[in-house]
Amino acid sequence: MSKKLIELKNISKSFGNTMVLDELNLYIRENEFVTLLGPSGCGKTTILRIIGGFETPDVGSVFFDGKDITKLPPNRRQLNTVFQKYALFTHMTIAENIAFGLRIRKKDNEYIREKIKYALDLVNLPGYEDRMPDSLSGGQQQRIAIARAIVNEPKVLLLDEPLGALDLKLRQEMQYELIRLKNELGITFIYVTHDQEEALTMSDTIVVMNQGYIQQIGTPESIYNEPTNAFVADFIGESNIIDGIMLEDRLVSIGGKSFECVDTGFEKNEPVDVVIRPEDVELGPVEGGQTTGVVTSIIFKGVHYEIQIESAIGITFMAQTTLNFPAGSHVGISVIPDNFQIMHKPQSEDEEILNIEDYPQGQPL
Amino acid sequence: MKRKRMQLLSIPYVFWIIGFTVIPLLFVFAKAATSPEGDATFGNLIAIFDPVHRKALFLSIELAFVSSLVCILISYPAALIIKSSKIRNKKTLQFIMILPMWMNFILRILAIQMLISKNGIINHFLTAAGIGRINIINTEFAIVLGMVYDYLPYMLLPVLNGVLAIPDDIIEASKDLGADRFTVLTKIMLPLSLSAIGSGITMVFVPSMTEFVIANILGGGKIQLLGNVIEQEFSVSMNWNLGSGLSVTLMVFVLLTTLIFGRGDSDKGRGFVI
Repeated sequence: MSKKLIELKNISKSFGNTMVLDELNLYIRENEFVTLLGPSGCGKTTILRIIGGFETPDVGSVFFDGKDITKLPPNRRQLNTVFQKYALFTHMTIAENIAFGLRIRKKDNEYIREKIKYALDLVNLPGYEDRMPDSLSGGQQQRIAIARAIVNEPKVLLLDEPLGALDLKLRQEMQYELIRLKNELGITFIYVTHDQEEALTMSDTIVVMNQGYIQQIGTPESIYNEPTNAFVADFIGESNIIDGIMLEDRLVSIGGKSFECVDTGFEKNEPVDVVIRPEDVELGPVEGGQTTGVVTSIIFKGVHYEIQIESAIGITFMAQTTLNFPAGSHVGISVIPDNFQIMHKPQSEDEEILNIEDYPQGQPL
Repeated sequence: MKRKRMQLLSIPYVFWIIGFTVIPLLFVFAKAATSPEGDATFGNLIAIFDPVHRKALFLSIELAFVSSLVCILISYPAALIIKSSKIRNKKTLQFIMILPMWMNFILRILAIQMLISKNGIINHFLTAAGIGRINIINTEFAIVLGMVYDYLPYMLLPVLNGVLAIPDDIIEASKDLGADRFTVLTKIMLPLSLSAIGSGITMVFVPSMTEFVIANILGGGKIQLLGNVIEQEFSVSMNWNLGSGLSVTLMVFVLLTTLIFGRGDSDKGRGFVI
């Protein structure tokens, strides 16, 4: 594995009486595409601003390449930021915008001209040198903001919800662009978003956050398939989160009925949260199902139907399937053992927020 | 038609501007173009080249320029401080800063006169401290002091609005790209608030250049601005033709400054809020 490039140690930060980050630890490896994912107010943007140097942590240190940069002002950090609202200099041409950082570094004109051309080619906007920012669309402005950042050859690019202001189609296009850019540049991307789909599409590693605490760190696959708690399961994609009782290893009881699963290591008769992804709820003829139910609603979503089923065991399931089961029809419901995710129930309200210590990094995920 | 009805709303203003601006202006032009005997002449316009008038014009421009400059030098740093301050209600600060505007401006000038006159409060303290009197009243400095005191809010308001309107993320972006404080100020803040400064200059320079009351009270009648000359032609010498001629000349200079500094106003109207 590549070396750690950025390390946050014991970071705490409050704004007024609001604790935003509480003893947070996190490291980011070289050439990783890391996404900080969470609902608004979870502290993800604050982490980015601390790394960028726009906020100073109340407690804790930031290390960059092994050096403590906690007190270093933003203009002396080897990283660049792409802002949510582009933040282009409206009084300068596109070329002047891109050249801004290079002129401060006193690069010669020939070098700057080549860099501008290279950067505009890279973001697919060649020939835009003399345009003004106001004359560009949102997507184009964001590309210029990226070009302006990368000409400085930063080791890390910080992206603060850069696609948030764009419409859906453009957002999806830009996701592919960003993946391509990251691969071509070979630098570290730290990306902040509340959009789980964006995070799953682009990231090497996702850091799921809630209320100032890291909930889970892992690859998109591991976060989606093996969420560590109900919050992550609920936030990443859609989920059926159901109360259950773990009867013994590999056997869970839901609504009084036993289902085979693959999870072990729980107490006998321990109450647990059971998470089943809607696409893992298989519907079929009544005879073949592990349990049965009645379809209460069906909504066409394009790729699939979203179906609500009132089951015989008293649980409402949400299922996603390409097959059409009209409302009112009786169906059989099955879930294969691999697709049950069993989680400890939080002991108290406080424990719903997990501490980072519970999820040491560097473990095989 | 809707458009027609909207046009009806402009009737009061049209009457106002015709009655109190256009017609009086025509009178002034007519007077300026004739001699007291009623003959057509350019004499009243050429009169500006008379050494006394020329000196008064140059002094008017000079003092208006210095006053505007001092107002910028006070307003811009103040705006920067307010922008970077953590105080949430910046409108309150703005309100406090323009509070002097609530007082009659002649009263304010009389107050300054009390402070700086020969037997005024400042000299009283200086004498008591054993330093002795200093001569402030009846100097050009006194007039600039009065102009700055009177017109500072007109600079402060647009400059403050212009500086506050610069988005924080643009400033952060420039720091992110390596700009130190000086570069942020010269390459980002100043260019982006230039039109606001332009508005402020127009609002301070024009009334300063046409000023005569402040010069009367704080200049003691010894310092002649072009405004004083014109006032005397109308009220003392009763030569309305010469007064009108000089007024037209002054108007040309006012128009010129508005053209030079007011260009920024078309740029989104940023800053110009009075």
